[in-house]
Amino acid sequence: MLFPSSKSLGGDRRIVVTGAGVVTALGAGWKINAAGFRAGRTAIRPVTLFDVARQRTKIAAEIDLPTTLPRTRLAEKSLRRINRAGRMLLLAAHEAWTQSGWQAEENLPIILGTTSGEMLLGQDYLEQAINAPRRLKQQATRVAYYQVQRQGLDLSDAFGFQGPITIIANACASGTNAIGHAFEMLRSGRAEKVLTGGYDALCHLTFAGFDSLQALAPAPCRPFDAERNGLTLGEGAAVLTLETLAGAHRRGAEILGEIIGYGATTDTHHLTQPHPEGNAALAAMNAACASAGILPAQIDYLNAHGTATPQNDATEAAAINRWAGDDTKNLAVSSTKASIGHLLGAAGAVEAVVCLMALRESWLPPEPGLNQIDPACRFPVVCQPVDRKIQTALSNSFGFGGANASLIFRRWA
Amino acid sequence: MSRIFIHGLGAVSPAGWGVDALRAALDKNLPLPVQTLARPGWNKPVTVRPVPPPAARPAFFAHARLRRASAMSQHTVAAALEALGPDAIRVQAGELRLGIIVCMMAGGVAYSRRFYEEVLRDPATASPLIFPETVFNAPASHLGAYLNSPVANYTLVGDEGTFLQGLALAADWLGEGRADGCVVVGAEEMDWIVADAVRLFQRETVYAAGAGAVYLNRSPAAAIELAAITDSFTYTQKQGRLAAVQQMALQLPAGAASELLCISESKAFAQPHWPGRRLTPKPVLGEAFVASAAWQCVAAGDALRREEFTAANVSIVGVNQQAIGARLQRTNLL
Repeated sequence: MLFPSSKSLGGDRRIVVTGAGVVTALGAGWKINAAGFRAGRTAIRPVTLFDVARQRTKIAAEIDLPTTLPRTRLAEKSLRRINRAGRMLLLAAHEAWTQSGWQAEENLPIILGTTSGEMLLGQDYLEQAINAPRRLKQQATRVAYYQVQRQGLDLSDAFGFQGPITIIANACASGTNAIGHAFEMLRSGRAEKVLTGGYDALCHLTFAGFDSLQALAPAPCRPFDAERNGLTLGEGAAVLTLETLAGAHRRGAEILGEIIGYGATTDTHHLTQPHPEGNAALAAMNAACASAGILPAQIDYLNAHGTATPQNDATEAAAINRWAGDDTKNLAVSSTKASIGHLLGAAGAVEAVVCLMALRESWLPPEPGLNQIDPACRFPVVCQPVDRKIQTALSNSFGFGGANASLIFRRWA
Repeated sequence: MSRIFIHGLGAVSPAGWGVDALRAALDKNLPLPVQTLARPGWNKPVTVRPVPPPAARPAFFAHARLRRASAMSQHTVAAALEALGPDAIRVQAGELRLGIIVCMMAGGVAYSRRFYEEVLRDPATASPLIFPETVFNAPASHLGAYLNSPVANYTLVGDEGTFLQGLALAADWLGEGRADGCVVVGAEEMDWIVADAVRLFQRETVYAAGAGAVYLNRSPAAAIELAAITDSFTYTQKQGRLAAVQQMALQLPAGAASELLCISESKAFAQPHWPGRRLTPKPVLGEAFVASAAWQCVAAGDALRREEFTAANVSIVGVNQQAIGARLQRTNLL
């Protein structure tokens, strides 16, 4: 039963990551992404997926998707129907699943975050319905496969398990909320394992939307730069297999890292603009620390939301300064959106994987293209590759609508 | 185990604004009148059941966040405020920590369609006022802003059963002390693009729109208790829809003559031998996906609140994701 839970509630279980899959414009897989983030590579380039001739901005971090998908339980016909976002999700999930060593089983929950799922199919549906309304060919398929629950169902079928599918659509915090929700389910004893993550593909509707808001930078974004002038969109997916430490030990599983805290709050200031003092961001970071039972001074690295819009970064810098207080100068901060753009609903999930990489491999991801750090930042922004052993990392995600969320990870040693 | 109680219900539906209007329509048990909605390229309009205008303009329409918001956001706020009753003021005053969960399947389609039409005409002139309203969580954000609630605010997307997943999530938040109360809203929006899409699958279905809300709190001073929510039985290659429905039914009580069974569709209800009364709101109201599921819960809760039944099973057989059920019961019988 979902309520009352048949599982024993209570107990402070430790939650670990035993599989992580990631697909970004840097490439598909942990290894190539880790190399890219560690070196501070950028994968931002001219948009080829749709016509941007009439847009102010003409760049994004597009993925070169592999032509074939990994072998799963999905039939060829089903695979052919999976569109761009679903393909990214399946690639990331396959990597995480393989790494975890999980087997098909009953009642394995899936919790995913996305802002728009297969909006590319939604666009095709809208365009045909508007421009050729009497032509119905493929429209039913587009409707069926556009819906976000379809991508969750495809994962269930691909790996042969079943369980509840929960899709959280909290704008750009969706991926972090999904992982945080999974973490809370496990910690409270409502599940033993959860497959979780986030995904979003580039599409014209979203690109034009951010362009209409004049939120897109004409050149690759420069988070926390004094002369930053907007964000760069990207696309991708990341999936984590989360389970209890006891369960992972029983299986003899390799542990990639530990999730120790999660906080989620709401900024009621404006639909698209954060409160200038970053009150909700501060509250989310404090809530994550309280959940983890640690102090801000114990965080070694902060993966910022850092979109590179003037407002977001100013607000986030103010919130970090207040949150870290006297320890601000010791806190290494960077936004990996400088490398792969803003992945919207996938951002928090991919940035969670970046934190795991940094913790596991002992480096900090630098920001390419950073010229002059905004003096509002009292913290050091990582702008050159750095090898450093760190124990804890915090990842921030803030979304349209005021969804603010923070996750805290700990090195597994 | 933490007990959870239903402290309020709210509805905006083709029957009108408020639970009273919903009840009156369901009591008559006659399909509500339909309206037509023009669709480009077709001479024959599509038949729908939209929400009628409110009898009086709600005061919240004047709020800065809601003046230009979508109909879906306005319906979400109206249903939530009705469910919250006087506790809305306590939330606004910072005296009650309110979790907000808004559930939907199609989401803010009207503004999405309008925005993409503008993009197709000329992306350089697409309106920056419309785009932010296209995101799934815009209604939840507006509700949170109106109530000035800084607590966690989630938007869940999926088929009809998502509303009960939302109730279960709210129960978790309450049980873990993350919020003092939780309002869960199911909402969908009227637009020809969705009405047309529905007809691709079920030609006779009349698309409807609106919102339903349930307000949960741990205080036992309430007429109804949320007794149970079954597992979500997902439709997969291994487990088809019928098997999922049967699994869900096994987790619900078999019922008694004094109990109500509120079902999402007459062809696939989970408990064919139910000894009590059955209620199927869809033939009266139309198909509004997650809003329909919310209306089922509101109708069942309202019937218990009026002491017409001692308990109710709510059976939701979603269109493409899950079968899931809930059990509500009167508290004055305990």
